[in-house]
Formats: sequence, C-alpha cells, structure tokens
Amino acid sequence: MANTMVTAKEAGRRGFDFVGFMEKYGVLLFLILLIILFSAYNPRFLSARNITNILTEVSIYGIIGVGMTYVILTGGVDLAVGSLLAFAAMGGAYVVQALGGDFVLSWLVALLISCAIGTAAGYLHGKTVTKFNVPPFIVTLGGMTVWRGMTLIINDGGPISGFDAGYRWWGRGDILGIPVPVLVFMIVALAGYIVLRYTRYGRQVYAVGGNPEAARLSGLNVNYVLASVYVITGFLAGLAGFLLSARLGSAEAVAGMNYELRVIASVVIGGTSLFGGIGGVGGTVIGALLIGVLINGLVMMNVSPYYQQVIIGVIIVLAVAFDTYAKSRRGGRK
Amino acid sequence: MADALLRVRDVRKTFPGVVALDGVQLTVGRGEVHALLGENGAGKSTLLKTLAGAQRADQGTIDFDGRTLSPDDTPIQRQQAGIVTIYQEFNLLPAMSVAENMYIGREPLRNGLIDWQQMFRDAQKIIDDLGLELGPKTQVRKLSVAEQQMVEISKALTMNAQLIIMDEPTAALSGREVDKLHEIIRDLKAKGISIIYVSHKLNEVKAVCDRYTVFRDGKYITSGSVADVTVNDMVRQMVGRDVEFLKKQATGTVGDVVLKIQGVSRAGSVSDPHAVVLRDMSVEVRAGEIVGFAGLVGAGRTELARVIFGADPCDEGIVYVNGNQISPLRSPKQGIDAGIALVPEDRKQQACFLVHSIRQNMTLPSLGRLTKWKYFIDEAAETKLIEEYRQKLRVKMANDQVAIGTLSGGNQQKVILARCMALKPKVLIVDEPTRGIDVGAKAEVHQVLFDMARSGIAVIVISSELPEVMAVSDRIVTFREGQITGSMPAGEATEEKLMSRMAIGVGEHHVHAAE
Repeated sequence: MANTMVTAKEAGRRGFDFVGFMEKYGVLLFLILLIILFSAYNPRFLSARNITNILTEVSIYGIIGVGMTYVILTGGVDLAVGSLLAFAAMGGAYVVQALGGDFVLSWLVALLISCAIGTAAGYLHGKTVTKFNVPPFIVTLGGMTVWRGMTLIINDGGPISGFDAGYRWWGRGDILGIPVPVLVFMIVALAGYIVLRYTRYGRQVYAVGGNPEAARLSGLNVNYVLASVYVITGFLAGLAGFLLSARLGSAEAVAGMNYELRVIASVVIGGTSLFGGIGGVGGTVIGALLIGVLINGLVMMNVSPYYQQVIIGVIIVLAVAFDTYAKSRRGGRK
Repeated sequence: MADALLRVRDVRKTFPGVVALDGVQLTVGRGEVHALLGENGAGKSTLLKTLAGAQRADQGTIDFDGRTLSPDDTPIQRQQAGIVTIYQEFNLLPAMSVAENMYIGREPLRNGLIDWQQMFRDAQKIIDDLGLELGPKTQVRKLSVAEQQMVEISKALTMNAQLIIMDEPTAALSGREVDKLHEIIRDLKAKGISIIYVSHKLNEVKAVCDRYTVFRDGKYITSGSVADVTVNDMVRQMVGRDVEFLKKQATGTVGDVVLKIQGVSRAGSVSDPHAVVLRDMSVEVRAGEIVGFAGLVGAGRTELARVIFGADPCDEGIVYVNGNQISPLRSPKQGIDAGIALVPEDRKQQACFLVHSIRQNMTLPSLGRLTKWKYFIDEAAETKLIEEYRQKLRVKMANDQVAIGTLSGGNQQKVILARCMALKPKVLIVDEPTRGIDVGAKAEVHQVLFDMARSGIAVIVISSELPEVMAVSDRIVTFREGQITGSMPAGEATEEKLMSRMAIGVGEHHVHAAE
C-alpha cells in the first residue's frame, strides 16, 4: 500500500521521533524525575506516611479532574469546580447538622446531598452553555463566584464540623492500607477511562470536541453531549467536596479555593488538548500526580509557597505551549 | 496591446495532484474593464491569488505598469505596486468606522499619533469623488452588503490602486445595487483605473466589460472584445470540453419514487445577507436513480439538500420518503433516522474529524447498531464493518487507527462515503463528491455512487462541474437563484443547454437559441 510505504520511509529518514515520544511519555518521565530528585533531597519524601499524604491530597482534585477531562475534550472549561466543591460539602454538612449531627448513616445523607447539589449545579452550567449559547468560560466564571457566595450564605461564612466516625472514615479511613479517598479516585478514574474508551457516549464526547459541525451532521445531539459533561463534572465536584469535608472533619467556606487551577492544570499537563477532541483520563491521572508531587516536594524542600505558585504557573504554560507545538506538527497534512 | 497595464505570461501553478494553472496568459490595458471567465475549477481564483501575492506561481512572469513583479511579493507589496483585490468575502472590520477601514494600517499620523481629522477629511473626499452617500464615521457593520462593497472600493482608492480585481462583486447585490456598482466601475475606468471583473453573470459582463479572457481546466482558451461575441459564444468557450468521465450505464432498474420534495421555500434572513432564498422547490428521486443537481454556487442546490437532510430549517415544504411524510425535520439526526444520508460539501470542515482515527470517523453515526450491553461499543462488529467497507471502497490505509487527516483527499472521501453507506440509507445526497481529489480517485468515487444506485438507493449528486453531473446522473435538475429551472434526462443534456438554465442573465430567447 502506497501510504504505508511513505510513512515507513519518512519514519526511517527522521529516525527517532523525539516530539512524538515526549508527547506520549514526557509527563511521566518528568514525574519520575521529580520523585527521584525530591527523594534524593529528603529521604522522608518516600516514607509511607508522606506517600499516603500525597495520594490522598491528589485524589480529591483528581476526582474532579476526571470530569474536567470530559469538559476539556469537548473544547470547554469549568472554572466553577472549586466553589462548587465547597458549596456541595457545606450543603451536605448543613443538612447533617440540621438533622442532629451524629446519627447512623449521617455520611450517606451528606454524600447524597453533596452529589445532588453538584449534579444540579452542573446541569445548570450545561443548560446555560447550550440553551443560551454563553461560552463555558463565562458561565463557569459566573458559577465560580455564585457557588462561593452561596457557601458563605449557608452558614454565615463559618465552618460546620462535629461529624461522627462513620462520616470521617470516608476521609481518613482505609481499606487494606489504602486510604478511602484514594480508592474512590481509583474507581472514578477507571470508570471515567472505560466510558471514554469503550462506550458510544465516549466516542461522542471526542467527536463533539473534534468537530462540532461534523458531529451534528453525523446525527449527534451535540447539545446533549455538551451539557452532559458539565453534569458529570458537577457530580464529581460534589463527591470530592464530601470526601474533603470528611478528611478535614469540617465543611469550610474556603475549601477548594483555587482548585479549578489545579484541576485544569492536571488535565492539560496530562495531554488533553484545550482545543478539544484529543486526550484522555490516563493523562489526567499522571498530571494530577505530577502536581501533587510537585507541591509536596517543594514544601519538603522548604520552598516558600510564593515560589510554588510561580513554578506551577510556568509548568502549565509550558505544557500548553508544547501541546500547541505538537498540534502544529501533527497538522502537517490537513 | 502596446499600452498594457498588466501582462501575465505563461503562469503555471500546481498543487499536489492537480495542475491549477497550466501556462495561462492575461493582458489588461489601462482603463480597461476585463472579464475573467471560466467554470468553477477553471483556475480563475488561483490566478487572482497569484496576482494578489497570496500565492506564489511555480513559473511565468507578471509584468505590471512597465516592470516585472517579483514572484515572492507579499500581498502588501502587491498593494503598494497598485494591485488591489476585493474578495467575495470582504476584508473589513465590522466594529470599526468606514474611514478606519479605508486607512487601516496606513492611518495619517501627526506627531506619531493618528490624525483623525485628516483621516475623516481624506475619506470624505474619496467618498464624494465616487458619488457615494456614506458617512466616514459610520460603523461598517451597520452598512448593507452593497455599501460594504463601496467601502472596499474606497479603500482600494486610498491605496492608489491602478488595478482593482473584483471577485464575483455582484453575488450578493440586488438589481439596483448592481447598476450603481457598474456606474462606479465606469467612473473608475474614466479615471484610468483598470478592473478585472470575475463573474458568472454574463449579462453583466456584456454590460460593463470591454474585453474578456476565458480559462478552462487551468488553461488559457481565448480572449477578445466583448462587443464581438454573444453571451452564448462565451458560454460555449467556457464549457468546451476535454475531460472525460466514465458514463453511468442506464441500469433499467429504476423503481418507485423514494424521495419526494414538495414546495420547499425559505425566505431570506435578516442576520445573514448571504443566505440563499429558496422558492417553491419540488423534486422526485426514484430508487436506483441518480439525479444530478446543477447550478452555480448560491443557486440553492446545497441549501435544498441541507433542508432535506434536516441540517437547516425551511419555512414551507413537505418531504416524503417512501410515501411517508418525514418533514418538518429539526436536526440531521431526524434526517438520518428517516433514512437520509448526506456527504457534505466541505469535507474538512463538515465531514471529517481530522485528528481522529479512520475507525472513529467511519462508524460514528452507526454506533447505535454496533453496541453490546446497550452502551458499550462492540469492537469486533465494528472491525468487521470497517473491513467490509475498506474492501468495498478500496480505501488505502495502513490500519484503522491512523488519523483521517493523514489520508489523501480521495481516501478521506471514501471513508466519509463508507460512513454514509454503513447507515444503509434509502436516500443518499452527495455534495461535491470529488472536490479537490485527483482524477483516478474521482472515477473510483463515481463507481461507488453507481454501485449505491444499483443497490436501489435514491441518489442525489450535487456538483459544480458540469461534466461530472452529466456523466454520473440519469436525470439533471437545474437551479438558478433559488429556483428549479428545469429537469432533463442526462442523455439529452449538453453543457450549453444546462448552462443556459443555470447562468444568470441568459435570457429566455437564449434558452430557445441553445435548444
């Protein structure tokens, strides 16, 4: 076949495809490099306690990152996840408190309420994007301040605490040594991966992000797909909110501050294109781990939090710059 | 011509697989209005881009105003030399004023800042010279299409243009506006400015042009004085032919009416001045029949197809498939569910997911039939389907994981055709099936269409290339300005006959003359 021959010949001439290799494995390599570097500097970095710590921290925003992967695959973005996390957690905790605080299955009430709030808010985002044609950036920018404001309104800005052991187990417990939030993250990531990779719906998410007009002309309900990804992300933000409140032992008005940045960074560093249509959950998990390791390692190296922000910002921009560069190379024969 | 302003000689331009310009020539005198004629794909646009500096010719020379232009000129250098092009899609900034648009990038300065007074004064002077009623401070988006065009012309004058190239300048203008434009063209001519006028509207060419040049299939055919020829002569020179397509064999198996369209109408749109008005369109297509839609761009062919498919709304009209009314369709999904498949006009923008795999591209709309456990894709069944159509359509691909964007145009189109065939449609509409693909692949795509028809599908083929329409169709329906102007068996059709029903300004007596 002519095409195959040309491809083989070109590959032979170019030799090792460095950009292609880095596109696939660069982030993973960088992650491993960081781990080696940090553990060389401070042996405690690789202690079981610290690893558990990092993984639990990563899990909270990693869960949202799975949903954000879907959103960014459609070419959108969700800036409201941090505020929504706080609002959902506060809502759940508020109901638990109103019902007496520590009662059997209080965790279940909180879990259901938090997830319901997240799902409903996500539905609102999605409908506003599709029905009124407001860009996702604006809708969720609005959502970001609205949900934060609602969080403050619920309990006048104060925290709600006093959860029972069953509630706190979800944040601090473990099964066979694996922290519960990490287990939840693993389940969510696996489910997110399977849906994206093996279902019809997953294909539709890619299609809508890759070329919305072609998707419409292929008979897809583009608005349905677009709205659905915000619902998924909202649900997961609610779930993460519940886990965070269980971990901290209280629902706080400032919870999840700036999480949107971390979540979006995880997705983008993980190779999902902001232009939509390219990427996946696997990359997001690596991206979330990278950020978690970076933040934790910098703390252990006694780098001031001020510098941490600078470093993370620079890494995000570099990741996107590389994505754009790789895209321009891919586009060689469009 | 001793006093030639522009002399193009032996210009050649090739794209991968296509010779767009094959040693063409063009000579335009000072103060002359010169019509550049040819069918779609004749090479007019390529030459215009070459003149404007937007494309580099492979060989040949362009002499302008007594000197030879460098082939490496940028569009700005060509403008400075005095060649200004007004494209069909205007290059105006809607949110800025008329004067700002006229002087953009060349604003008069005073002490390093824009001298607004000077700019508005200069703009007003040029507008007055042209006898226009435009306020230099008016926002361009508030202007009509005709007025925006006047802004483009005014802008050209601020650049001291000696040659203004107008690509289909009257495509979106009403009759009175066309007259006004022609008045201004005569005015420019009197000032010694030359014009290249590209239009399908031959009556306008007769009305306003001095000389004409005809291109066909990338080659120079002839040129002469407009006064010496009739509209029909020009049509004949444009369509004279040497490309041969494989003819569809009459199958004799044409069956019942599958698709019936009755009285489809659509008013224009306020928000989109380019929207095509559809007037009372009715068509029938039978099983096993290929019906060709012939017409110029904007005549309503593509627009009607999109209405039938559910991609665009219409105001009135009923669509039947196998006798069942399926309209009004609100989305392409409903069209597909009713048994209609569409291969859209613009492969890259409307059909392909360029960065996605052949697999993803080919099966997307059929996934509903390729599932297990309701939501999951049955990849084994999917692989089988892809392999079936890969063989049937002879798609050349390394494997189905390769991005469709890396395939040649012909193979991309085969994947899109496979996508439609996999839906097992009753009606297949193919818009510009072979645009931008090479000759060999064209024949293969045509063969696929013949096979589809033979299997009993009602097929509609839309093409801007008349020889293609004539070769693949059993029957040809002609379109002009949002109306259906006729229907004839392909066996009786000649390019002159079709052209006379498609071209604007070929009056009724010409129709009779051609028949």
